[in-house]
Amino acid sequence: MTNITVNGTQHTIDAAPSTPLLYVLRNDLKLNAAKFGCGLGQCGACTVLVDKKPVYSCLTPISVLEGRNVTTLEGLGTPDNPGPVQRAFIAEQAAQCGYCIPGMIVRTQALIEHKPKATEAEIREYMAPNLCRCGTQVRILRAIRRALSETHTAEVVR
Amino acid sequence: MLVRIISVIFIVVIVAFGGFYAWAWHSEIAPVRTVDATTFDPALVTKGAALAAVGSCAVCHTKPGGQPFAGRYPVETPFGTIYGSNITPDQDTGIGNWSQAAFRRAMHEGVTRQGEHLYPAFPYDHFTHATDADIDAIYSYLMTREPVHQVNRQPDIPFPLNIRLAAAGWKLLFLRHGPLAPDPAQSPEWNRGRYLAESLGHCGACHTPRNALGAEKKDEAYSGGESDDWRAPALNEKSTTAAPWTAESAFQYLHNGFDRYHGHASGPMSPVAENLSKVPEADVRAIAAYIASLSGADDAAKAQRAEAALKAARAKTPTVESLAASTTGSASTGAPADGAAIFAGACASCHRSGGQAPRARPVDLGLSDSVNAPEPGNLLHIILSGIHPQTRERGLIMPGFSAALTDPQIVALAAYIRSNFSDKPQWSGIDTRLTQARKKNGS
Repeated sequence: MTNITVNGTQHTIDAAPSTPLLYVLRNDLKLNAAKFGCGLGQCGACTVLVDKKPVYSCLTPISVLEGRNVTTLEGLGTPDNPGPVQRAFIAEQAAQCGYCIPGMIVRTQALIEHKPKATEAEIREYMAPNLCRCGTQVRILRAIRRALSETHTAEVVR
Repeated sequence: MLVRIISVIFIVVIVAFGGFYAWAWHSEIAPVRTVDATTFDPALVTKGAALAAVGSCAVCHTKPGGQPFAGRYPVETPFGTIYGSNITPDQDTGIGNWSQAAFRRAMHEGVTRQGEHLYPAFPYDHFTHATDADIDAIYSYLMTREPVHQVNRQPDIPFPLNIRLAAAGWKLLFLRHGPLAPDPAQSPEWNRGRYLAESLGHCGACHTPRNALGAEKKDEAYSGGESDDWRAPALNEKSTTAAPWTAESAFQYLHNGFDRYHGHASGPMSPVAENLSKVPEADVRAIAAYIASLSGADDAAKAQRAEAALKAARAKTPTVESLAASTTGSASTGAPADGAAIFAGACASCHRSGGQAPRARPVDLGLSDSVNAPEPGNLLHIILSGIHPQTRERGLIMPGFSAALTDPQIVALAAYIRSNFSDKPQWSGIDTRLTQARKKNGS
């Protein structure tokens, strides 16, 4: 049994200790924003925040999260009330197939919180772990710049 | 009488200091106008490029994200931080007005064109063994690079070491000039490798321990040293790798940054391997032959032992089934810092055999030098930061776990890896070492 807080709500998870957080999010908690991409920490589609820092949920065993705070894309806003980063991604129409976007938005949220005045080079370095395969990198970067300039302290719905 | 004795001592001290000062004093070598890059022989420039790669000059002479050879890379020493200088041919801030003679003197004697003593963070104790012809080739290469205007940063070194004459005193004690006499009992390849490793390659700068004054302990050559909070492993008979270094293994590792018997070149060794990938194969094979010989001459016997080590490590690599068994039921405590469960959930997607395989397998952990090392520093750095090939470099990414895992979890994981994959005794003080690594890593 592991007690974790996801997007502000406490859950008690009954799963084998090595079960990846991603599986718990998608299968047990029905939070399907984080995606399974490679399962090897190479692509970033599964990125969520643990204690405000981006991690690969596919390589984070549930047992290590006892008492810690997890934030997924769902915690950053809703379709009716999108958060600032989500609004920036919508404004720039940054999604094509959209598979990488939850991870991109979550990592951008962390960027805003940790490096609110990031330079272009710092943005690229920070975002490097997240891959997009269908070619909207330029729009994604535009969305990130917009998110950074529009808010330096994005509110997080918890 | 007393007055006379004091006078004699005083005179002796004055004369000694005067002699030292006269010895230490170097005149300025007249500046030259920037040499026309087109006058250099392209073949010589190519040779110089390879030799500059052997020396990994660009590493300490390029700040992170900066322009190549323009300097300002921070070299941390126990005495303070020294910044690599601008060695582009810029007339004002680089070495654009250095003659070939001035460049030779800097490499052989650690003295700038202006006659100032350089600190031994610039490894002239090795470069002094390089031939004039090789130094001239590097000069041709550097003088044909793009000039970059970037002012050198002064070292952050406290008094009295900030007096440059201190470096002259260091030289008096530790700098031994002159070429290395070839060893006629060894092959030409070995002698070539020794020359490259001992001079431009300056391998001992990291792999040999240093004394209190920061000089390499020559009687403990290649017994292991350190670099940037990473341990530079011993390369002599004190080596702790599971598989011994053969000439072929060392070549694969140095030239490709990966060897199946040893794993990835990581930490400060990563840019060295990246540089050596640009060096003609014959020279890298020569360095490899020399380095391998440091831990024993019988390469064939070592290859056999390496094969046995590979088999043993394979046997320890978990399978999908063994992982399932180790993390369910009574085998697992389910505690937040259960090393077995963390390994199964965080590491085993790649570090296992069987099942659906990732495209390329990492090294079997039983062979990894970081796992078999006398202290856990390198393994902790890899767990925290992962392994990241540089831009345009081939190789897999290992993600870092500094955010996902807490300190007690990383300690438990490191202990689990040590006890499961190495035959060596458990490390002590993993937690304090982790605190130090976290500090360095900035996480």
